[in-house]
Formats: sequence, C-alpha cells, structure tokens
Amino acid sequence: MAFEPSAETLKYIEAVIPRYPQKRSAIMMILHAIQKEAGFLSLEAQEWVAAKLELTPIQVREVVTFYPFYREKPIGKRHIRVCRTLSCALNGGYKICDSFKKAFDTELDAISPDGRVTVEFAECLASCGTAPVAMVDDVLYENLNEEQVEAICEQIKKETPAGEVTGTES
Amino acid sequence: MFSVPKSTEIHPSERRIILKHADDPEYDISIDCYIRHGGYDVLKEAVANRKPEDLCQEVMDSEVRGRGGAGFPAGMKWKFLDRKSGKPIYLICNADESEPGTFKDRQIIHKDPHQLIEGMMLTAFATNCALAFIYIREEMPLGAQILEAAIEEARAQNLVGDNILGSGYSCDIIVHRGAAAYICGEETGLIESLEGKRAYPRIKPPYFPAALGLYMCPTIVNNVETLCNVKHIVDMGGKNYAQIGKPGNTGTRIWCLSGQVRNPGYYELENGKFTYGDLIFEIGGGLRDGRTLQAVIPGGSSAKVWRAGERFTGKLKSGEAFNWGIEDVPLDFDGPMAAGSMSGSGAVIVVDDSVDIVEVLANINAFYAHESCGQCTPCREGSLWMKKITTRMANGGAREEDADLLASIGDQIAGRTICAHGEACSWPTQSFVEKFHDKFVEKAKEDPEKAKSRPFRLV
Repeated sequence: MAFEPSAETLKYIEAVIPRYPQKRSAIMMILHAIQKEAGFLSLEAQEWVAAKLELTPIQVREVVTFYPFYREKPIGKRHIRVCRTLSCALNGGYKICDSFKKAFDTELDAISPDGRVTVEFAECLASCGTAPVAMVDDVLYENLNEEQVEAICEQIKKETPAGEVTGTES
Repeated sequence: MFSVPKSTEIHPSERRIILKHADDPEYDISIDCYIRHGGYDVLKEAVANRKPEDLCQEVMDSEVRGRGGAGFPAGMKWKFLDRKSGKPIYLICNADESEPGTFKDRQIIHKDPHQLIEGMMLTAFATNCALAFIYIREEMPLGAQILEAAIEEARAQNLVGDNILGSGYSCDIIVHRGAAAYICGEETGLIESLEGKRAYPRIKPPYFPAALGLYMCPTIVNNVETLCNVKHIVDMGGKNYAQIGKPGNTGTRIWCLSGQVRNPGYYELENGKFTYGDLIFEIGGGLRDGRTLQAVIPGGSSAKVWRAGERFTGKLKSGEAFNWGIEDVPLDFDGPMAAGSMSGSGAVIVVDDSVDIVEVLANINAFYAHESCGQCTPCREGSLWMKKITTRMANGGAREEDADLLASIGDQIAGRTICAHGEACSWPTQSFVEKFHDKFVEKAKEDPEKAKSRPFRLV
C-alpha cells in the first residue's frame, strides 16, 4: 500500500526541507516526523522519503538501519527505555529494567502481550548524576526505585488501553 | 513554558560562570528573563562595535580548551578555518552529549538555552559563519523543544536571523536531532550525519572540518559548554578570562560526578584549584557507608581507569616532579593526562568495592561494541570480541588466558582506525586488564553457578 503522511506532517516536511542548504540533510528530521506519526518506518514510507528527497531507496534505508532510534517494525503503544550504561548499572539499572519487564509480563525489545509497551535498554541517556534513569516516550524519569517504577507502570496502564498495536498511537 | 527541576544545593567550592543562573529558582528560560540578567548585551556590543578578528583574538588569548572531550584550544581551531576558499563557513554546536558519565550540556540546554544561543551567535559573527546548527541527541527531546522555542524568541528580537540588530550580518540557527548513535559525537561523524548519511567518521587528513567540513565547506564544530564560554570570554576579555584557572587550563569546568558516590551531580569548578580527591571525597561527599574505593574513571568511560591505591610519578611540563595518588591528581586538563589518562568530557565515575571489576569492564565493552559504526574492521570486530569475552567472563565462563587475550585484542585496535572510537573502545580494556590483572586472572577460579546467579548485575 502506498504511503502518504498526514496533511500536518506533510506541511512540516515541506517546511523543513528548504531550511537546509542541501535537501538530503533533512532526512533525519523527516524520518523523526514520520516515525512519530506512523509508529515505525515501513519500506513504503522509506520509498516515499527517497522520492521526496530525490534519493535512492537504499540511501534512505541505510540511514534507517544505521541509527538505533529508527525502526522498521511497530513497537508497543508506549516506549520505555531504561538506561543500561555504567553509572545507571552501578545504581541498579538492570533491576529497574527487570521491574518494567515484570510489570508488563514482557521480554526486552518485544511488544508486551497487552500491546501497551515495548521495554528496551538504551545506551547512556546523559543523566548519570540522577541514576538510575529511564525514558517513557519523551519523558525522563530520574533517581528511580522500585516504588516509582510501580507508580509509572500503574500510570501507563491507566492512560493506555490494552489491545492490538496499530502503530498510530506511538 | 517548559520547566525542569532545579538543583537545590550549590556547593560552596563552586565558581559558577556558565551555570551562574541555571539553578536559581527565580530564573526561567524565557528571553525576557535572560535579558533582565544582562543577556545578549555582549552580542549587541560585539555586532555594533567589535571586529570579528578581535573576537577571534580574545578567544585565542583566553586559551580556552574545548569542553567536549579532546581539550583542543578553541581559538586555534578557529584559526585553522580556511577563509580563502570562497565557500560558506558553517558552525555546528555539538550537543550530542553521549560519553557515558556526562550530563553537563543537558543542564545548560534545559536551564539557560539563551546563553548557548548568544555564545553561538558571537562565534558565528567572529568567524563569519553563513549558517549555524545545533546537533542535539535524540534522547533530549525536551532540550530540542526548548532550543527551538528559544531560537524563535531570539529571531523575533532580531538577535538571530537576517541583518542582526541592523549590523548587516545574517546567520540563522537550525536545531537538528540525532537518532541515538554515539558516534555522532565524533565531529566528522556528526557532519556526515548532518549531511543525511550514516555517521561514518571521515579520515583526517584531509577531512579536517576547518577546511573540508559540512558539504566540504570550512566548518567549526564546538561543544555546548565551549560555546557558552565564548560569551564570557568576549564579555570579560580573553586575557582576563585566562586569569581564571591556571595557565593552559583556563576557566571553569563543569565536572560530572556519578557512580557509587554519596553526592553525584554537576559541579562547576575553577580549573586546577582542586584535586580528584576534593571532588570525590569532599565535594561529592565520599563513598557510601561501609564502602571503600575500588576504581575511578576520570573522564568519561573511554578514559583509562585508575585503581585505588595506585601512584603516579613523573615530571610535569614545568619540569617539576610529581608523585600522586588518585586523590592528588589536579582537577584540570593536564593533571589526568600526566597520570596516564584524560579528563575527557569531565565525567568522573566512581566505582566502590561492592562490584566485580570484570563486570564493570563488561558493561563498558557492551557500550562501545553497540556504538562502533562498523566502518573499520579492527573496531567493528574487536569491540564485539572484547564485549563477548568480558560478558562470558561475567557469566561464569572466565578462563585464565582471557586477560592476555583481551589485552592483545585491545592492542590491535588503537591507532588502526579512522576515528578515535578505536581508542575509546580499547583504552578501557587495556587499562582495566593491566591494572586489575590479578582480578581478571582470579575470575577463572570463580564457581560458574555462583556467577550465574548474581543478584546485582552490570551486564
């Protein structure tokens, strides 16, 4: 099925391209916008971006596959990223990650059975002074402990209905 | 209006220049607040009454060294700019802050964004840049929003954009978001990324950004904290700025203290006035109850580790002999270098005796293996092998010969790659294995069942 972004996203894309001296430079910002809207970057979406920027599809796909944040498959409705790196690990980051997984009965990098979340490890989130930390979508949570993780998970369950992932909520 | 939590305590040892207002509860990120505190006065004065080359001279006189990791003098970096090429000059602010242990640029971006914008516009004016970029890591979405909004405010007051304050000089700033790749902190990788490609670092020579940078045009890439310093250098004069700190290590630095220490956090300290002992045991409150020091990583996780109790001896550039323990190493650029490591991005990670040192290295190796861009074989393969070996060791499969095997892999990466990621991934392995050789050998004697069931994991 051919890909088409929403009118709003298209407007953003049309505005961001001419800001750069060369239009290829806009690719990351465009991919961010599309992934935010569609939940992931399908091959059709990548082909659409390639046409938009007058690139070959592989020039888009090599960017999508190089950067860890871009994904070609849907994830859960909410994206939980627990910092894995040293200062967080020294302060219990692995245990925090286990608690998130347990709360949603899920494995790392998988969509939880209720469709609500995907729990991932992230590399250093640059908040080592308030370790351990995690991000839920765009929000950073600092100085985490078991009680806070429990509260965050309760909040997610309240805000986010269970059910199949369509990719549009992310 | 965005709001971020403020730190409630400022240590009396601090000398806050860059973070002067950051944690003031009355201070917010609006342009009005910034201007009320004297903001943009330096830029107004500079575009009206100063020549760009004077500003470059001030930065040269200040001897300010880059705060991103390499510690290269910023004035010199600007001097290398190819101004005769006839091509546009670009300025890039490196806000990819991603060396494990570092969280200083986050404070500036979230709490005082206009200071960065003023520093950037001064830098752009001084070097006659046509266009400026802020490359901010994806994991700081709030920071990107704050910067976008702040630039919009500055543009509305004619401080960014066309014909700034009627001076005839024009320069816009574009906020560009990364996508979670550490290698984009490397300046030539960042440039490739900004061009819309995979962040494969370029080989130097010939691709020094000052000559062949973004779109093969002369480009300056400076760290967030460095660019903020430019504002204060122009304000107080380079020679006066150079009075802060000590020769060759001028100004203040925002040190990031993390790991197993009582008061982790960021501390802006005058260079060379304190030691690592002061930072860890006095300012940072020392170790937690009942714990003793095992190791210190003095400048981000790629810096070579120090083992508690080790001594550093030698001669300083001045000819003066030194004999230091970790606690005596001066907290500046040259001190940690003299002690065989580096201050890097100013990230000090403290490791106490509660954890297994092999696991600490395994955690670090997992990071560098994940972040190798894959362009050069020694780094792509070697970082992965080192990760696999140390992970196996942590999981109860250690062999006596692993220490030497690790060292031999590390030795075959450093110096054999296009960018410094080769060093960044091998220095931890080389230094951990050298300094904790006994622990790496002992690890082979560990009961595999016990290793598998460890309650506290680092990998």
